[in-house]
Amino acid sequence: MTSPYPIVTMIVILAAALTLAAGLIWVERRLLALWQDRYGPNRVGPFGLLQVLADMIKIFFKEDWIPPFADKAVFIVAPAVILVTVLMSFAVVPFAPGIIISDLNVGLLFVLGMSSLGVYSVVLAGWASENKYALLGGVRAAAQMMSYEVFMGLALMGVVLLAGSFNLTSIVTAQRHVWFVVPQFIGFVLFLIAGVAETRRLPFDLPEAESELIAGFHSEYSGMKFGMFFVGEYLGVILISCLITILFFGGWLGPVLPPIVWFLIKMMFFICFFILLRAALPRPRFDQLMSWGWKVMLPLALANLLVTGAVALVWSS
Amino acid sequence: MLSMIRTIWYVFLHMFHRRVTVQYPDEQPYLAPRYRGRIILSRDPDGGERCVACYLCAAACPVDCIALQATEDSTGRRYPEFFRINFSRCIFCGFCEEACPTYAIQLTPDFEMSEYQRPNLVYEKEDLLISGPGKYPGYNFWRVSGVQIGGKDKGEAENEGRPVDLHSLLP
Repeated sequence: MTSPYPIVTMIVILAAALTLAAGLIWVERRLLALWQDRYGPNRVGPFGLLQVLADMIKIFFKEDWIPPFADKAVFIVAPAVILVTVLMSFAVVPFAPGIIISDLNVGLLFVLGMSSLGVYSVVLAGWASENKYALLGGVRAAAQMMSYEVFMGLALMGVVLLAGSFNLTSIVTAQRHVWFVVPQFIGFVLFLIAGVAETRRLPFDLPEAESELIAGFHSEYSGMKFGMFFVGEYLGVILISCLITILFFGGWLGPVLPPIVWFLIKMMFFICFFILLRAALPRPRFDQLMSWGWKVMLPLALANLLVTGAVALVWSS
Repeated sequence: MLSMIRTIWYVFLHMFHRRVTVQYPDEQPYLAPRYRGRIILSRDPDGGERCVACYLCAAACPVDCIALQATEDSTGRRYPEFFRINFSRCIFCGFCEEACPTYAIQLTPDFEMSEYQRPNLVYEKEDLLISGPGKYPGYNFWRVSGVQIGGKDKGEAENEGRPVDLHSLLP
């Protein structure tokens, strides 16, 4: 299923993902404004689209400052880690038949593993900044990721059971008759919530909670290093939206329109939903977040897995 | 949990609400007639300066942004020799307008007075004086007050009787 020109695919996906991540800054600001009865950036270029370009030029010219008390090497590596791990995950995402960099047979596990590695970025950034707010943010991120990744994986096992494969392409093709959101609705809700927590987006942005921790783990970051955290976060949003599309909404499957268009429509829908969540929900307290994760989501995920397994067993026999 | 979903739905419905932003440079905002903006000095209906340089505005000003010097012309009419408002200090509270006994100093519905250089925000009398009477068209202080000036003797003002000859009151 991989394309005949892997290098071309690679470059195209990389460029598209990074452009989309930058464009999301504009999309998010415009959508937030729409839901708050404002206009948002609409001055630079048509519909304010060039605002992204202006912001990028600005951020490239910002002073790249490393605090003298920081752990220099780790401080520099941390923002790179988040970009690398998220971009690596894009390698196994099937956008359409043939548009995939590497059709791994354990694609889903690879994505989960990479998103787990992404935690290092946040924790190391918090640690290397030598700043109490940054450290608190890093510690929060570690605890949050750990508890939400557990049931994130468990919530997906129902899909794996139904599809009988960890390969993302096979999971999509297994949804030819019915999207997995129908039999796995609880799994979908769980994964959505875990996905928001995993990308550290509002309402689960406790690692960077502005009102309590200044900017959490990236308090000390400036210039393009901060920009990389930013782009990493948006790439994470795109990745989670891609995964929801692939795992629960039949990926590129759909009538009339070409597969890639269907994929992008579904993906954009979930990106917009992420932004809607940000516009609508307040941030929970940290202990609420943890008890919600361990006392509600984890048992639900286990129960969902149990029932799915039982049904699948009865079905096959 | 249900309340969260309801919240999300209500926020989504805001998509179809009217936006409250006034797109300012393209679209002028409505300013009330009594809006407290740029300060002006008005003139009598017959064109003379209304300001009698009484210093009440300067005394009322909480930030001391008004400076003036009183003087008199040959007919005995008081007027400010210079009148200076430092708009980089002014807080547009309108106290000067309330203090003014002659309706001379008035705040207008205009706020577009940005400058690139701070000294340009200091307005002199020629910048402040307008050619009309502003908010009080018919009013002329000198015509209603009992003060004697050139061309108007005591008792010649509107609704004013002739001054009483004190000696006529003697028994």
